[in-house]
Order: sequence, then C-alpha cells, then structure tokens
Amino acid sequence: MTSRRSFVALAILLGIVSSGTPSSAQERSIVVASTTSTQDSGLFGYLLPIFKAKSGIDVKVIAQGTGQALDTARRGDADVVFVHAKPQEEKFVAEGFGVKRFDVMYNDFVLVGPKSDPAGVKGKDIATALKTIESKGAPFVSRGDRSGTHAAELALWIVAGIDIGSAKGAWYREIGQGMGAALNTASAMNAYVLADRGTWISFKNRGDLDIVVEGDRRLFNQYGVMLVNPERHPSVKKEAGQVFVDWLVSAEGQAAIASYKIEGQQLFFPNAEKKGS
Amino acid sequence: MPDHLNALQLILSGDPTLVAIVRLSLGVSLAAVLLAAAIGMPLGALLALTRFPGRSVLVVLLNAMMGLPPVVVGLALYLLLSRSGPLGEFGILFTPTAMVVAQTVLILPIIAALTRQTIEDLWTEYRDELSAMNVGAVGRMTTLLWDARFSLLTALLAGFGRAAAEVGAVMIVGGNIDGFTRTMTTTVALETSKGNLPLAMGLGAILIVIVLAINAAAWGTRAWSQRLTG
Repeated sequence: MTSRRSFVALAILLGIVSSGTPSSAQERSIVVASTTSTQDSGLFGYLLPIFKAKSGIDVKVIAQGTGQALDTARRGDADVVFVHAKPQEEKFVAEGFGVKRFDVMYNDFVLVGPKSDPAGVKGKDIATALKTIESKGAPFVSRGDRSGTHAAELALWIVAGIDIGSAKGAWYREIGQGMGAALNTASAMNAYVLADRGTWISFKNRGDLDIVVEGDRRLFNQYGVMLVNPERHPSVKKEAGQVFVDWLVSAEGQAAIASYKIEGQQLFFPNAEKKGS
Repeated sequence: MPDHLNALQLILSGDPTLVAIVRLSLGVSLAAVLLAAAIGMPLGALLALTRFPGRSVLVVLLNAMMGLPPVVVGLALYLLLSRSGPLGEFGILFTPTAMVVAQTVLILPIIAALTRQTIEDLWTEYRDELSAMNVGAVGRMTTLLWDARFSLLTALLAGFGRAAAEVGAVMIVGGNIDGFTRTMTTTVALETSKGNLPLAMGLGAILIVIVLAINAAAWGTRAWSQRLTG
C-alpha cells in the first residue's frame, strides 16, 4: 500500500471528492449559520436557488439551534447568522460580533399536543395552557438546546408565572435536540410541545398530534439576519455576505419569502424594515 | 431531496441530489480508508516487528482507540479547525476535506491495530525463514504485509464500514451542508428530524446495500486474485 500506485489512487479519489464541490476561486460562496426551523421547514431549499440565480453566490447553510448558531459565528466559522431570538441577537451585535441586525420575517409558535387533549388546554391562552399542563403534570417535551424556540418556551413559562427550574419533574422532558426531533418525540409519547409553525406545517410524522393553542400574540416569532463582523474575524466574506443580507430584506427577497407555501399555507411573513438595529 | 418521492423512486430515477450524496459519502470514506491505510499499515507492521519498553502499553492504547467516540473526535477536530482554533487559517471546517480528516482519525486505529495483530501472527510463522535468509527490517515488513494482503483486506473493510456508517463526526466538522457536505448518514438524520421517516428508512436501506456491494466486490476480488496467485 505504500507504492506509488496507491498515491495515484488517492489523488484520484481526492479529485472525486473535490470535483463535486465548486472551488472557491471560481465561485463565490458564503456560510450561513441558521436554525433548524428554517431548514426543516424547507424555506432554504426554496429560497437559496432563487438567490443563487440572481447573485451567483452559493449559500452553505449550517442548521443549528439559535444559541449554537450564534456561537459558531462568534468563533468566526460563519459569514452570516440568520436566527430567531432577538435578545440573544442584540447581545451578539452589542458584543461586536455582528455588524448590524435586520428584521427579516416572522411566523408564530404553536402549542402542539395530542388530539385527545388530556390536559384540557385547547383554545386557552398560552399562559393558562402552560399553567394547566404544569399543574396536571401532562407530558411536555422541551427542546432544551438553547435554540430560539427553547428561549421562547422559557420566556412563556415566566409569563405563565411558573419557575420551570423548580417545577420541572418527570412530566417535563428536555431532549436537547432540534425542532423535528422534538416533534418526533412528542408524537411518540403523546406529549405537548412548543413548535414554530413553519416546521409544524412541513412536519410529516404527526401521529396523533394537532395544534391546541395558537393565535396568542405572545407566540410571535421574529427572525433576524446579521453579517458577522469582519473586524473581529478577517476571514468573513463581507461582500458576498452583505449581498445575501441585503437581498433578504429587499423587496425581491421579501416577496420570495412570502411566496413559500406548503399545501397553500404561507410559512413565513416578511416584515423587514430598511434601517436595521 | 424531493419530499414527495420515496427512496426507491429516487434511486430508479437517478435523482441527481441523491447521486451526489452517495458519491460524496463513498468518496470521503474511500479517501479516508486509503489515507488511514497508507499510515496505519506500516505503523501496525512496525509495532508488530519491534520490541521496546512500553510497547504493550502502546498496543493496548491502539486497540482501545478502535473505540474512539466519533462525536468526541468530531468535537476535538471542530475546535482545532475552527477559525478561532490553532488550524483555523486553513479554512477547512465545514468542507469535505475536514470530513476526510475526521474519518481518517477514526479508522486509523482500526487499520493499525488489526494490521499489528495480523503481522504479529504471521511473523511467528515466518520468523525462522526470514531470519535464516538474513532479511532486513524493511524487507521483513514489506514481505509480511504483502503475504498478509488478503487478511489485511478485512482490516480495510472494517475501516471502510466504520467510515461509511459514521454520522457524529461528519455532522460536526462537515455541517451537513446541502449539496456540499451532506452524506448518506447525515441525510438520514435530517430526514428523520423532518418527520420523513419512510424516506429516511429508504435511504438507510440504500446505504446498507452499497456497503454490502462493496464488501461483495472486495470478496470477489480476493477470491479471484487468490486463484491467480494460486
């Protein structure tokens, strides 16, 4: 195996590996750290070809929870962050890791649970629903992964007047995984779970689950985008990254987001303002 | 990956996305096997034929490293290859190259440890002959490696199997980027998380069939060349 032949074979193999991937010299590409909800809902699969056709820029998406996506960017391993936890995003910009944050779009969270609704929370407001689930000890699946949805869930427990840190017991199951995995788990154990509507609409393994609480204004879910600060990380592709950010908040990008539908349902609602923060 | 198709339809229609994913999976795993073999086989043979203090400790360590947890290897490489890490300037995090490195680290101990055992067993058989012929150290190594080539094929297949089946490390250092670092295993993980269980299961079946086909081909080659060399 140490003969010259094996090196030739190795070179050919490495060639195969790299030939499937456009070299950065000819083609511009950026890395975007984003959330599992934007990927699992199929939004990126729809948006990115449109953006590529327009700009020639390849967008490589790493789908993580919002907290992890921001950490990836803090380490300089992404050019753009596209996430949904405004307080964390503002902190990220304030710390100097992000250049400027822009609102892009919103959807809302929904409380999903068994159709039989054992806790009897259907149609209640979200605070009452969570309080009831806790008092009855009905199974509840938490993302537990510092994602945007996890942050929203924790904030909602506070709104419901429950200190989840001390209230959690066997009924409260933190799985530490993405949105899809949380829905799979809830489906398997007939538990309640907080989900973003986009992932819920596109989710295929619903089993006996259905929406039990929706439409409460406290379930609002805002997405934001920001370029990673090139002064912190000189490796950031600031030009191509900025083109992507600008496109998302442009009339054209906003129209593209609005036109993404599954079975006639719109998943995300564009709401970019020009100024950013 | 189109959601409305099942795995069989994707295969039969030669879906370009699926073909690219399969090609990347095989390319990365084979490159890792060759790299690991180029380093691991001479290393294993050397360890089999030399005696020095602390050798048994090294052998035990090498054997234990066959059980390296992929997630830990992935995380360690992530920290090394990250822009904020010591090797960040190369910018290979979230590329197929990083995946080849991760898998090489994972299968190098397997190939080296299995080679060490094979060569050591063969050495007890050949010792008198090679000593009488006054063959030097390098000559011994190459003779033994060559004569053990059919047994060593199993070591390569064990390494390939580990690489092709692995998901934790390639997910972390590759990032599971659509059309760039998405492999068979990370696709199965993704489709599972989208609740697309039939498609995920179908892709898993395809992966198993591919690994089976490669093992069958290796077995056939071995039988064929054994007959040739008599």
